[in-house]
Amino acid sequence: MSGVEGYIYPNEVTLYWSVLIVLYPFITGLVAGAFILASLERVFSVEAVKPTYRLALLTALAFLLVAPLPLVLHLGHPFRSPEMYFTPHDTSAMAMFGYVYMWYLMAVLVFEIWLDYRREIVLLSQTSKGLLRLIYQVMTLGSSNISAGALHIDDKVGWIVTLVGIPSAFLLHGYVGFIFGSLKANPWWSSPLMPVIFIFSAMVSGIAAVMLLYMSTTKLRGQKIDMRCVDTVAMYMFYIFIIDFSMEMLDLVHRVYEADESFRSLNFLVHTKLYFSQIVVQICLGTIVPLVLLFLTQVVKLKEMARKRIYILSGSLALVGVLAMRWNVVIGGQLFSKSFLGYTSYKMALVTREGLLVAVGLTILPLLFLWALVKLLPPWPDKSLHEAATGD
Amino acid sequence: MSGLKDAGHLFRFAGLFVLAFLVFLVVRSYVVPKSFGEYGHYRGASIGEIAARPIKFAGHQTCETCHTDISDTKTKGAHAHVNCEACHGALAAHADDPTTVTPVKPDTAVLCASCHTASAAKPASFPQVDPADHSGGVPCETCHNPHSPIIGSDSSGKTAKGGAK
Amino acid sequence: MNISRRHLMILLPAAAVAWKHVLAGTPEDSPNYQMSEHWWGMLIDIPKCIGCGNCVRACQTENDVPDGFFRTWVERYHRSDWHLENPEVISPDGGKEGFPVVKAGEEGMFFFVPKMCNHCADSPCTQVCPVGATFISPDGVVLIDQKYCLGCAYCVQACPYGCRYVHPTKKVADKCTLCYHRITKGLTTACCEACPTGARQLADLKNPNDPIHEFLKTHTVQVLKPQMATGAKAFYNGLDGSVR
Repeated sequence: MSGVEGYIYPNEVTLYWSVLIVLYPFITGLVAGAFILASLERVFSVEAVKPTYRLALLTALAFLLVAPLPLVLHLGHPFRSPEMYFTPHDTSAMAMFGYVYMWYLMAVLVFEIWLDYRREIVLLSQTSKGLLRLIYQVMTLGSSNISAGALHIDDKVGWIVTLVGIPSAFLLHGYVGFIFGSLKANPWWSSPLMPVIFIFSAMVSGIAAVMLLYMSTTKLRGQKIDMRCVDTVAMYMFYIFIIDFSMEMLDLVHRVYEADESFRSLNFLVHTKLYFSQIVVQICLGTIVPLVLLFLTQVVKLKEMARKRIYILSGSLALVGVLAMRWNVVIGGQLFSKSFLGYTSYKMALVTREGLLVAVGLTILPLLFLWALVKLLPPWPDKSLHEAATGD
Repeated sequence: MSGLKDAGHLFRFAGLFVLAFLVFLVVRSYVVPKSFGEYGHYRGASIGEIAARPIKFAGHQTCETCHTDISDTKTKGAHAHVNCEACHGALAAHADDPTTVTPVKPDTAVLCASCHTASAAKPASFPQVDPADHSGGVPCETCHNPHSPIIGSDSSGKTAKGGAK
Repeated sequence: MNISRRHLMILLPAAAVAWKHVLAGTPEDSPNYQMSEHWWGMLIDIPKCIGCGNCVRACQTENDVPDGFFRTWVERYHRSDWHLENPEVISPDGGKEGFPVVKAGEEGMFFFVPKMCNHCADSPCTQVCPVGATFISPDGVVLIDQKYCLGCAYCVQACPYGCRYVHPTKKVADKCTLCYHRITKGLTTACCEACPTGARQLADLKNPNDPIHEFLKTHTVQVLKPQMATGAKAFYNGLDGSVR
C-alpha cells in the first residue's frame, strides 16, 4: 500500500478531512481576529487604531462570506447541509455552525457595519445612479433618518453589538477548536487547550491580515501610512502572539512530560512527516522569527522604514505560521494511526473539488469580495461625500 | 429618549430577522421528515429501511430444511459447527429459487487450504497440515468427506455428493 | 443429495414458505420482532480465530462493501517476548484472503483479532453527528441513515476503533450494521454465519437464554480501548494486552 508505514487500521488509509478543512479554521480565524482588532477601538477606546476600524470590519465580512464554502465543497452531499439548520444535534459541536454563523453574520457583523455606515449609505442612495442606487436604497431598509438623534442611537447600539460581538467571535472560532479538542479518539487533537490556542492564533492572524491590508491599500491609494496606528496594531499583535506561543508551548511541554500511550507515535510523526510544516514553518519561521522581530521593535528605537519592513515581514510570516498550524492540526491528526503503530500519507489532489486549486481559489476569493466591499462601502473618509453631507 | 422615531430603522432591521425566522419555521415544518424524533434524534423510518435490505446468505437453518441428509452427516462430525455457506458461499438466491439457481461445487483442492494450511500463527489445537506434504496436491475430498472430515467418522464410507437427482 | 421427486414436491413449497417468512419486510411489519426485547452485542473468542478471513469475505458479499474499505477486518499480532508494548501487526487487505504462513519456531506469540464496529452504548460517533444521521437503535445497534448523512466524516474522526469510512461512491458514512437486516429476522450476522470455528458469536444481552450470559459468568472478557469508556458491546475473550 503506497504511503503507508507500519500498521494502520484498514479504513485509515484515506484522509477524510482535506486541505479544505485546513482552510476553514484559517478563514474563520481571520474573521475573528479582524473583528477583535475592530473592537479594540470601538469598545476599548484604543483610539490609535481607528484608521483600521472600518477596514477590519469589511475584511471580517469578506472572509466570513467565503467561510462556508470550503465546508460545503467538502461534504459528500452538500445539498443536505440545510439539515444542520432543521435538525441540529445538540450534542454535536459541528451542529452549532449553522446558527453561530448566521448569528455572527447578521446580528453582529452586518448589523455593526450597517450601523456604522448608515449615514453614508443613505447619502449614497440619494447621490448615486443606476443599479448602484438601487443597491444602496435596499440597504437603507427604506429609512433615510440620519438625524443627530438617529446617529447617536446607532452609535450606542453599535457599541453594544461590538461588545456582544467579542464573545460571539470567540464562539465562532472557538467552537472549531472544540470540534477537534473534544475528540477523545484522537490524542493529537484531544486537549482542553485546543479552543484557546485556536482563538489566540486566530487573533494573531486576523490582526496581521488587517495590518498588511491597511499598509498595502494605503500605499496603493498613494496616502501616508499612519505609523502611530500601525505601531499600536503591531504591539497588540506582539502581545497576543506571546500568549499564543505560550499556550502552544504549554501543550507541547505537557505532552512530552506526560508521555502517554500516544506520545511515541506522535513524537515520531513530528520528527518525520511533520518536521518541515511544524518545526520549520510553524514554529521557527512562523512564530519565533516574527516574535523576535517584533520584540526588537518594542525595545529598540527603529526608524520608520525599518519598522515598516519588520511589520510586513513578521505579519506575513505570522500568517504563514498560523496557516501551517491549521495544517499541522488537521492533516497531522490524520497522518498517524489510532493503533499508534503506523502512519499514512496525504495525497492532495490538484483539480478535484477538494484539491489544491480550489483551496488557492478560496484564499483569493475573499480578497475579491473585499475589493467589492471597499468599492461599495469605502472605509476611508471620502472627500466628495463630506461635501455632499455638509452641503445638505 | 427622543424617540422611537429615531430608532425606526432598528425596528426595520429587527423586522427582517422576525420575517426570516417565520419563513424558516414554515419551511422547516415541510422539510423535516415526519418520522424524525420517533425514537430519538434521527429519522425513525430509517430503521425499517435498513432492516429491509436484501439478504445474500440464507443461513444454515434454511439449508437444513431441504438438505436433511447432509445435515445429519454433519452434526455427527468434526464440521458440525461449520455452517453450510462458510464453504459453499452465499446461497440465499438458491434458497429463493432452488431449481433455477444451482450452486457451484467448491474445489476442495483450494477451499480446504484456506483454513487448514499449517501456520504457527494459528491455535496449536486447530487441525492443520502442510498441503504439499500431506497430500501432494490431491483434492482433499479424495480421502475426507467434507461434511464429516475425520476419516472413518462418516458411516457410509463414501464422499459427499451434492445437488438433487 | 438424495431427495426423491416426491419428497421435493413436499419440501420445496415448505421451504419457500419458510424462506418468505424469513424475508418478511421491516421489523415493524414482522410480528415476531420487537426492538425493545433485544440488546445486541457480539462475542469474539480470540483463541478460536484461525485467521481464515471467511468473515471479511462474507461481510463484503452480504453488504456490498466497496474494495479497499472494511466493515470488518482481521488483524494478526506478533507479540514478541522483548517488546510487549510494541507488537508487530499486519492485516493484508483486511485479512480477506487470509494471512501468510508463519513457519514454526518463531519467538513470541501470534494470534488473530477480528475487528468490527463495537456498537458502543455510549458511542462517541453518534455524539458528534451534526444532524442525527447516525444513532443507536432501541435494540442497541449503531446505524447510519444514509439518506440523511451529509458525508462530513466527523463520525469517522470520532471513532476510536477505526471502524467507519466514507463510502467512495455513495459519499456517506458507512460501517458494520451488525447485519441488522438479518438479526431482525432471526438470522445471525453474515460474519458469524461464515465463521468456521465459532470465534464470532452474535449475542443478545436481553435474551435470558442467550449463551453469552453463561459465557460471561465463566470467562474473563475485555473490550477494546476500555479507557475510552465507550460502552463497547463487542466482548473479547482472551484479548492480549498488546492489542491496539
